[in-house]
Amino acid sequence: MKFAIQVNEGPYQHQATDSAYQFTKAALEAGHEIMRVFFYHDGVNNGTNLTTPPQDDRNVVNRWSELAKQHDLDMVVCVAAAQRRGIVDEGEMQRNGKDAQNIAEGFRISGLGQLIEAGIQSERLVVFGD
Amino acid sequence: MSILHTVNKSPFEKSSMDTCLAYAKEGSSVLMYEDGIYGAIKGTAIADKVSAASGVKFYVLGPDLKARGVAEDKVVDGIEIVDYAKFVSLAAENDKVQAWV
Repeated sequence: MKFAIQVNEGPYQHQATDSAYQFTKAALEAGHEIMRVFFYHDGVNNGTNLTTPPQDDRNVVNRWSELAKQHDLDMVVCVAAAQRRGIVDEGEMQRNGKDAQNIAEGFRISGLGQLIEAGIQSERLVVFGD
Repeated sequence: MSILHTVNKSPFEKSSMDTCLAYAKEGSSVLMYEDGIYGAIKGTAIADKVSAASGVKFYVLGPDLKARGVAEDKVVDGIEIVDYAKFVSLAAENDKVQAWV
């Protein structure tokens, strides 16, 4: 079955991204397809490569990046939410005259249309967070 | 049309569980996870409402019970304790997934 996942909360603040990660992993293990993971609102903070959690803690950002690499996941960060919170890729850096970029591996910045499309093209959209 | 309703808030903190119970129709399923697991504990006001809901199947996520130190024998009889794999199958078996936040 084709699933889409929506994550509305940032890491280390709310359990949503942990729950979403465990759900996504279990779905992939069961042979389902994850057609997109969409990070919205504070969820965009899952896509910064500047996080350095203590070594004995889980690395939420890297964990998503690794899962994306293993399963070729499409992980999309909402552009408007990202701009507000300082999540920047090369294109956004140039467009907004910033001097750095911080998008983590496996994430891409795009629009809300990607969430709508995920809702239409997937068979189930599962929402995590508030 | 069967719906999997997910509740991730404690019923003692927010009213999402009450709202969910009001909307959940016969044949649908309710999964309590994250702080929602507090709705699955025996002997509370919300436990009576859960037991009284007819035709609705209730589930609680085991790892989230464990993370909060709630022993499995504290769970209301009839609520099935599930893992993430079963969460995925519930999402697939039902026609829709509705998150009550």
